[in-house]
Amino acid sequence: MSVLAFLIPISLVLGALGLAGFLYTVRTNQYDDPEGDSRRMLSDEWDDHPKP
Amino acid sequence: MNAQTPAMAAACPGCLATPTEPASPPGPQDARLVLSLPGIHCQGCIASVERALTADPRVRGARVNLTLKRALIDAVPGTQPADLIPLLATAGYEAHELDPGALQATETDRDGRALLTRLAVAGFASMNVMLLSVSVWAGASDATRDMFHWVSAAIAFPAVIYAGQPFFVNAWSALRARRLNMDVPIVLALVLALLTSLWETALSGAHAYFDAALALTFFLLAGRYLDHRTRAMARSAAQELTALEVPRALRVDETGATREVPVSALAVGDLVRVRPGGRMPVDGIVVEGRSELDRSLLTGETRPVFAGPEHPVSAGEVNLTGPLTLRATAVGQDTSLHRLADLVAVAESGRARYSSLADKAAQLYAPGVHILAGLAFLGWLAWSGDMRVALNIAAAVLIITCPCALGLAVPAVTTAASGRLFRQGLLVKHATALERLAEVDTVVFDKTGTLTAGAPHLVDAPVSPRIAGVARALAEASGHPLSQALAAGLRGAGQDAVNLDGVVEHPGFGCEADWQGLRVRLGRGSWVGADPEAEGSHTATYLRIGAEPPVAFRFQDSLRPGAENVIAALRAQGKAVAILSGDTEGAVRAFAGRLGIDTWQSGMLPAEKAEAIRQMTNRGHKVLMVGDGLNDTAALTAAHVSISPASALDAARVASDIVLLGQDLSPVAGALEIAGRATRRIRENFRIATFYNIVAVPLAVAGFATPLIAALAMSTSSVTVSLNALRLGRGVRKP
Repeated sequence: MSVLAFLIPISLVLGALGLAGFLYTVRTNQYDDPEGDSRRMLSDEWDDHPKP
Repeated sequence: MNAQTPAMAAACPGCLATPTEPASPPGPQDARLVLSLPGIHCQGCIASVERALTADPRVRGARVNLTLKRALIDAVPGTQPADLIPLLATAGYEAHELDPGALQATETDRDGRALLTRLAVAGFASMNVMLLSVSVWAGASDATRDMFHWVSAAIAFPAVIYAGQPFFVNAWSALRARRLNMDVPIVLALVLALLTSLWETALSGAHAYFDAALALTFFLLAGRYLDHRTRAMARSAAQELTALEVPRALRVDETGATREVPVSALAVGDLVRVRPGGRMPVDGIVVEGRSELDRSLLTGETRPVFAGPEHPVSAGEVNLTGPLTLRATAVGQDTSLHRLADLVAVAESGRARYSSLADKAAQLYAPGVHILAGLAFLGWLAWSGDMRVALNIAAAVLIITCPCALGLAVPAVTTAASGRLFRQGLLVKHATALERLAEVDTVVFDKTGTLTAGAPHLVDAPVSPRIAGVARALAEASGHPLSQALAAGLRGAGQDAVNLDGVVEHPGFGCEADWQGLRVRLGRGSWVGADPEAEGSHTATYLRIGAEPPVAFRFQDSLRPGAENVIAALRAQGKAVAILSGDTEGAVRAFAGRLGIDTWQSGMLPAEKAEAIRQMTNRGHKVLMVGDGLNDTAALTAAHVSISPASALDAARVASDIVLLGQDLSPVAGALEIAGRATRRIRENFRIATFYNIVAVPLAVAGFATPLIAALAMSTSSVTVSLNALRLGRGVRKP
């Protein structure tokens, strides 16, 4: 059972990583234009280098 | 973006409820422009719009938002939207300027973001604690169970304290006002569940409700977030309508040159030029020019009114024919437009009297739950004498009865119904508008601009080809709406125009020309030499050839598309239909006869309209008011629920609960039907939630409720309620 001492913290850290990732996307306005973002990836205009 | 401009009064006539920031003057800072692009729909559009904009040296950066159908542009100082709109027109996209000050999306956005963050935290915590609880339910015992409970407590306490803040704040403000709302039992359940569970854990007890407390927070926040999103979407679309009307005016300076300035920068005594087709930005006196004015948005009258030097004009009137120069006598809040709009504040709002279904449920529910939990606590305390057992049972009762499904019952349905109505072109602005719409039994329409499209059309003109030819030639020389209608009508009847010499337009009066040596005149009755009273109430224009007696051409307002359908559909639904109009009696009688409406009143002042609505309400009717003008705003506010078309004055749109996008009126009848179904669905949801409670509460009171049963009851009722709500949005074809 002592393995729980590792597994519980690990599972919590993994969950917290997901939470942090989600909060990062919220903070950086990534849900402002869901429609546009899903379409932009279909365009090959900025495939070689990111849009300045 | 324009932080350096001083705060000014509301910039546009209708901005009572949403004072706008002044439009940003060309300053030293970068110009931030917002354009509305209604025509974009795919990745190709995004790319070509951005390319077209960034190709211009003045544009520093441009980004298209496809969801909002807008482009945000950073440009060098002094760039005007008018410079960029042609660029997009060449690229094949329709673009409209938006007033960035009217788009106050940031604040609601911040609220939504805070709510989403709390929802994410609650979701994360509840998933983890639920997993830990599964092992407890699966049979963990002794030290292992205690450890799981302690870990759960360590996650649950900070998560609930952070994520539950909206509930704590609401419950506290309700308690301070000595009321009970839905949040009071929620907070009591959360606090009691956490504290008894902590106590149990400290005593190595078997039952802890950490998972239930978190799941509760999560489901309730989900309901709040749905609710917020629905309203934020409607608000953003409503703001866009306001932002499309950029409040600008042409100020004439000492040298006689005109300069475009924000309306808020105008002062009393300024000279203002109003072009034909423009709306008066201020109250004033005409100094120069002659024209006719369309006052229909203010009074409901369709007949144009003459305006010349020394004539007073009011903000909100539309200039029809010639350019006018005004000297401003009242600006901003002092204009008659604003004073009229203040009637709205006086009118007792229909929506203020309404208590929503959720509130009614909470009024029944909150005291019931508290009494039940209190009785369970006292009963067990008296019977067993054990404080710990009694407190545990009370917590279980509160958790199980907690209005988790009740919290989702209304927002889930409103979201589904609002989404469906939005696809049909109706914007639901107010939270309880759907519930109120479902109760409506009487529908009152304004005439001008609501049932009519605001464009006149020619009634049959039994005249000789000779007269018709002259009339068409003269009418085609003018931009006046009646002339254009006349020209279009005669063109449709296959009349050819004759050749005229020396056509002169006299703004405010009519057109004059020479034809085969005769003076021909087309225009106002008094100018042509006709008796305008002879035609009664009809809007008419007159033609006189030489010394012959004048000929009248009469006009009727054309119906707004869908007007006949909507009235037929409302009749079929068993609603009473009436017209309240500010127009003259004859015009309204003819119009009501055309639509087959028996109940109508004409020549009504704004206050009389509101009074008529109030009388209907006192007789026990639930009134839906559909109107567009400033003379309707008080009535819109007084009615049980109100709808205004997107073409309405801003003040009317602000006063109404629902805005009709697009020209067609027919979605209104469908909206009543959807609202009825939505309300039935809400009631069903309340019944489902109550049913789960009725099954689970006896278990809880009897002391058989385990955290597992609490979790099952809560989740299944919430999921059932959400699925039931989703049925409403089903079976809709996407446009």
